[in-house]
Amino acid sequence: MKSVRQTALDVQNGDASALSVLEESLARIRARNDELNVFLYVDEEGARAAASALDERVARGENVGALAGVPVALKDNLCQTNIPTTCSSKILEGWRPPYSATVVDRLLLAGAVPVGKTNLDEFAMGSSTENSAFGPTKNPLDTTRVPGGSSGGSAAAVAADMTPLALGSDTGGSIRQPAALCGLIGVKPTYGLVSRYGLIAFASSLDQIGPLTKTVTDAAMALEVIAGHDPLDSTSLPEPSPSLVAHVEDGVAGKRVGVVRDLIDGADEDVVAAVERAVEVLKEAGATIVELSVPEFRLGLSAYYLIAPAEASSNLARFDGVRYGLRVNADDVTAMMEATRTAGFGEEVKRRIMLGTYALSAGYYDAYYGQALKVRTLTIDAFRRAYHEADLLLGATTPSVAFEFGSKTADPMAMYLSDVFTIPSNLSGEPAISIPFGTGEAGLPIGVQLLGPGRSEAQLFAGARVLEIADGRP
Amino acid sequence: MASLRREDVAHVAKLARLTMSDAELDKFTAQLGQVLDHAGDMNALDLEGVIPTAHPFGLINVVRDDERRACLDHDVVIAMAPDAEDGRFAVPRILGEAP
Repeated sequence: MKSVRQTALDVQNGDASALSVLEESLARIRARNDELNVFLYVDEEGARAAASALDERVARGENVGALAGVPVALKDNLCQTNIPTTCSSKILEGWRPPYSATVVDRLLLAGAVPVGKTNLDEFAMGSSTENSAFGPTKNPLDTTRVPGGSSGGSAAAVAADMTPLALGSDTGGSIRQPAALCGLIGVKPTYGLVSRYGLIAFASSLDQIGPLTKTVTDAAMALEVIAGHDPLDSTSLPEPSPSLVAHVEDGVAGKRVGVVRDLIDGADEDVVAAVERAVEVLKEAGATIVELSVPEFRLGLSAYYLIAPAEASSNLARFDGVRYGLRVNADDVTAMMEATRTAGFGEEVKRRIMLGTYALSAGYYDAYYGQALKVRTLTIDAFRRAYHEADLLLGATTPSVAFEFGSKTADPMAMYLSDVFTIPSNLSGEPAISIPFGTGEAGLPIGVQLLGPGRSEAQLFAGARVLEIADGRP
Repeated sequence: MASLRREDVAHVAKLARLTMSDAELDKFTAQLGQVLDHAGDMNALDLEGVIPTAHPFGLINVVRDDERRACLDHDVVIAMAPDAEDGRFAVPRILGEAP
C-alpha cells in the first residue's frame, strides 16, 4: 500500500479513487488474514459505502479531509457504532456498541475509511497477542514469531501492508512494543492528548490511544487528526490538537539528547548496538549527547504491575452478565455473575484481576497499591530531573527482537519484563515513540525509543525523522 | 512481607467473583506470589513523606454545564442486555427472595 500521505494526496487530487484504494486493502486482507489472524472483523460493506461517498464528494470538488481515502485498522477495544467489538474476549463476543469512540468519529471526519477490527491480547493485557480468545496473531515478517502486543493485530495489519495506518492503545507499551517487533513507527501520546471516550478501559490513568504507521510523517498526520480536547473524556487536556506535521523536518540540531543506561542495559547485544548507532546519528545531526542514569525507571515495572491490575480489577467489574455481553445463567444473581466471569475471561485477565483485587484489598492496600502510587511519584520526579539535563531521552523500546510463540507464556513474570523500557512513560503520562532502526537476530527489526516531556510530540517526531532518514527511509 | 498463601488467593477469587479450581488455585498462588515478590523491591525504599500519584496530570473537578443533552436511546441500551423485562434489565433471583 502507498503511505498515508501519498494515499490522501492521490484521493483528494482525484488521481486514485477511495474505492480503488479500499479494494487493494481488502484484497491484501483476504490474501493473508487466514494465515496471520490479523482482523477479527472486516466491514467490507460499510467501508465500501464510506469510500464511495468520499469519491462522490471529491468529484463535487469538496475537500474531504487530511486522511482522504486512507484505509485504517482499529484495535478491537475501540468502539465503532454497530460493528462487533470484542476486546478479544469471549465476555464481549457478539456485542455491537451503540456509539463510536471519539477517535473513530475524528478519523471518519478526516476522510479515513475504517476497514475492520484487529486482534489483541484480551482486554489489552499482554505483550504478544497470544492472550487473545480468538487465537494469536502471527508476525508478518516471520510467522514463527509473535507480533508483540497488546496491539499485535494493528501492528501486523500495517506490517503486512493490509492498511497504511492502524490505531492501537498503549497502557504499558502496547503500541510501541509491537511497533518495534514489526518494524513500524508507534506513538504513545501525552496522557490526555487523545480522547479515551469509546476505548474500553484497561487501566484508566495509563491508557492512551495512538497510531502505528510505516513513516514518521504518516504517524504525525494521524495523531493531528485524533488529538485535541474532547468534552466526553474528563481527563482530556483542555487544548486543541497540536501542529505536528509542520515540525517533522525540524531536526535535532542544538537539542540535548539524554542516553539513559536504564533504558538500554539488559537488552540483547543487537538491540544495544542499534541504540548506540542511533546515538551517533543524532550527534552527527547536531544534538548534544548527555549520558544519564535513572535507576527509578527499573522500579517502574513493580509499580506498574500493581497499579495497572488494580485499575483493571475495578474497570472489569462491569462485566457481570447484567447489561451487555455474555451471561451464563445460574440460580441466583451472584452465582450468575461468577459463572459469567469465570467462563468469559481468559487466564491472563483473571490473573490481573486477582492481582489487582489483592493489591486493593483490606490489609494489603498500603503495602502494595499505596506503595506503588508513591513509586509512581518517584518515577515522575526522576523524569523531571532528567528533562532538566536533556530535551529528549533515548533508549531501546524492547529488550529483544520479536520472540517465538510460546517462549514466555508459561512464565508471566518473563512476559511482564518485556515491558520494562516502555512502562516509565505510561506512569509519567508523557509521550514516547518507537522508531525502527536497523535489524538484529534473524534479520528482524529493532526499535529504538525517543521519550520527551508532556506535549513534546512535535520534538519527538523531528528526532524520529532524523533516525528514519539515517536508517535509509528518506 | 508475608508471602502469598493459597487461602488468600481463594479469598481474592471470591471478592473478584471468579470460580477457581484446585489446580488453578495452586498455579495462581505460585504465579501471583512471584509478581508480589518482585514488587517487594519497593519495600526497600524509604517512601516516608512521598506523596502518592493516582493520576499523571492531576486534573480535578472537571464539570460541564448543567444542561440537558442527548444520550443513548433507552430501547437501544436495553436491546443489548442478555435478558430484559418491561424495558428493564432482568437478573436471576436476588438473595433472600422467595423463589
